[in-house]
Amino acid sequence: MTGSAADIAELRERIERLEGAQTSDRLSLCVFSGELDKIIAAFVIATGAAASGMDVKMFFTFWGTAALRDAKKRADKSLVGKMFGWMLPRGTRKLKLSKMQLLGMGRAMIRSIMKKQGVASVEELIEIAAELEVQILVCTMSMELMEIKREELIDYPNLDFVGVASFVELAADSRSTLFI
Amino acid sequence: MDVDARGLKCPLPIVRLTKAVKLAMQGDKIQIQADDAAFEPDVRAWCRKTGNALVSLTQQGKDTVAVIRKEVL
Repeated sequence: MTGSAADIAELRERIERLEGAQTSDRLSLCVFSGELDKIIAAFVIATGAAASGMDVKMFFTFWGTAALRDAKKRADKSLVGKMFGWMLPRGTRKLKLSKMQLLGMGRAMIRSIMKKQGVASVEELIEIAAELEVQILVCTMSMELMEIKREELIDYPNLDFVGVASFVELAADSRSTLFI
Repeated sequence: MDVDARGLKCPLPIVRLTKAVKLAMQGDKIQIQADDAAFEPDVRAWCRKTGNALVSLTQQGKDTVAVIRKEVL
């Protein structure tokens, strides 16, 4: 077979098109839930993927956003905002389980069992995620809806405020996207 | 380099391994010991995904001992 200049040009174009169609080695997570067990699962997967060399993005929305509040921080709010604030957990230590609540006992039990078994706490997992450069993206719409202010969220080195289009762009260019 | 990940559950052994490999030089060997039930399949998967070499994998009682040679990361 002889390769004419035109053939080579066509091949080059095809290769470029294929390369452009390849997705990044990225994992995107949409963290919608705010319960302790689901937040732990999200961070175990995120840190595991980051440790395996993947670029990891976590998009927090609705109850997930509320789970990022820092227990030590306060913000000025309207009456409705204050009501939301009282009803939503303030800090990861206040997150409830999605099952086996046992009137609040479940949370304490799972924490003690996890510690005994060498399972990382959600606080440790967030620290590891930060070290492994997992990016946290927070949905501004759900922040406004629940009147959660930027100044009351956890200290995290790689945290940004975005809307759905930013998440969609990242998710579209990911190997996998999870909704938790 | 030796990493003791005994008593730690998923994903901590893999996280410890990642940190050790990041500190190592290319070609260095890292030995890691873990007793997490998922460590054997997970260290294999981690090596395949990251492109580092799994030199050996042995079972010593409850512990899984893996030797990894740093290729990338």
